[in-house]
Amino acid sequence: MANLPHEAGKEAIREKGWLLANKWLILRRISQFGILLAFGLGPWFDVWLVKGNLSYSLTLDTLPLTDPYVLLQALVGGVIPETIALVGVALVVLFYSLVGGRSYCSWVCPVNLITDTAGWLRRKLGLRGTTQASRSTRYWILGLTFLLSAITGSIVWELVNPVTITLRALIFGMGLAWLMILGIFLFDLLVSRDGWCGHYCPVGAFYSLLSTWTPTRVVAARREACDDCMDCFNVCPEPQVIRPALKGADKGIGPVITANQCTNCGRCIDVCAKDVFQFGNRFATRGSATLQAPPRATTTES
Amino acid sequence: MADSDKRGKGVSRRQFLSITLKTACSVGLMGIGLGFYAQRANALPPMAIRPPGALPESDFLSACIRCGLCVRDCPYDILFLGQLGDDIPTGSPYFIARTGPCEMCEDIPCVKACPTNALDHSLTDINQARMGLAVVVDQENCIAFQGLRCEVCFNVCPIRGKAITLDYQHNARSGKHALFIPVVHSEACTGCGKCEEACILEKAAIKVFPIELAKGELGHHYRFGWEEKAKAGRSLVTPDVEHQYNLPEGVKYDLQGKGLIIEEKAEAPGEPPFPSNPLDTLNRKRGED
Repeated sequence: MANLPHEAGKEAIREKGWLLANKWLILRRISQFGILLAFGLGPWFDVWLVKGNLSYSLTLDTLPLTDPYVLLQALVGGVIPETIALVGVALVVLFYSLVGGRSYCSWVCPVNLITDTAGWLRRKLGLRGTTQASRSTRYWILGLTFLLSAITGSIVWELVNPVTITLRALIFGMGLAWLMILGIFLFDLLVSRDGWCGHYCPVGAFYSLLSTWTPTRVVAARREACDDCMDCFNVCPEPQVIRPALKGADKGIGPVITANQCTNCGRCIDVCAKDVFQFGNRFATRGSATLQAPPRATTTES
Repeated sequence: MADSDKRGKGVSRRQFLSITLKTACSVGLMGIGLGFYAQRANALPPMAIRPPGALPESDFLSACIRCGLCVRDCPYDILFLGQLGDDIPTGSPYFIARTGPCEMCEDIPCVKACPTNALDHSLTDINQARMGLAVVVDQENCIAFQGLRCEVCFNVCPIRGKAITLDYQHNARSGKHALFIPVVHSEACTGCGKCEEACILEKAAIKVFPIELAKGELGHHYRFGWEEKAKAGRSLVTPDVEHQYNLPEGVKYDLQGKGLIIEEKAEAPGEPPFPSNPLDTLNRKRGED
């Protein structure tokens, strides 16, 4: 009784109502657009709450936030930054270590708006074809950018980083950034499912490393209620992270999604008509399903 | 699902190796491309001038994290960030002197805003900034060289009279006027670009260039004799020999001074060293020879 990809979430809307079936998505969009607005208020309306962009920003002239990945590339190039930049890094690392590194991807990054749209359209149009690139490619690219930064003595990824370029395009001037944005959209739509964010982006790869011991995790707390509708797999940008937590009860795997690639977007929570998932604590949560085998866990249809 | 079975059992060594190699190769190729792009993109076009205090370009590119805070804190909004597709490294700050030169704020807010010292915080006196160097690059079109009065660059210069001075030269065309030639001095010019902005020509005859483009460099073996002499207190090449003038007794010659000096004691007896009749002198010389 697996649902088709383009119907993902319909069942949840019928069971829980539209608002509950889109709760985390709405909150996420509020967060993403809120951050865009916070950055945009200055240049667009001359209200300077936040100055800078996603590589470094200063909020209300006091709160520094530094992208650790960008700064690390600078450090590899032999730079000694000001204390304020290091404070910014510490704050960012601490924050994302608590809420999940890749929360950056799903709650902050402007490219996510583009790739989410592409993913949604891909489901609606029933586009199936995808490339077989390894999801570990991004970690190779991550290593490569550090290597190149050390060799060339410049912050290499910032030359092409779609994350910062997209935001900078909106608040500092567009240039040819629209071409890059369009390229990523079409790539995700036509070439590869979750192509950019799920396979190549070294920024997400870096932030995923901050997730290794993150307490805030999605938990398949009621996994025994799973009816294999596949909606969560269809909407998840990193579907490989769900399986162990959701289907691993008989192998003794806990219900917590521990994989650091999980973006904590909460879309699986939204689209599950059976309310299997919830945000929880990595250490404290004991899903009721951990002790008993789920009723239909082994019979999947495909 | 076949997919789930595969995942459950894990991948075989062969699969692992082939996936790893494939990924490594494609990322390696990408790295070559990115490396070349980085090399090409890091060459800054000469009309783009970095903000005050910017480290030398190669250091600057590893230190600047492209946050744009210098752009935001510039009260005159002259700074821009390189955009994708520009020749300027993406997201790095610059200004164009002709359209918006640096106003040389005394408190240098752009430098203070920089979180990574890409704009060097040890720069506290804006007059010490060296963003570039103004060069009177087109002496054919600069109207001062035609003998016309302009001096606009000289007058707008924030370090007036030091960074640009006027060199008065003879106007050979009219024969009776002076040329007021602007001369830039690198020991004082900050490269702010006010002169380039103000130049009255359609295209500026005085332009600010990055210092490494604008400046020549003397051969390292080169020594100027007069400087070495001043340092050592004596000539290092041949010992100085005072020039001997072949003059009659009682007469001296002071070069670059009074000129010919006729000592008074020679005059005192009433007998001048020269006879009153110049012909006598000529006759005497001939007679002696």
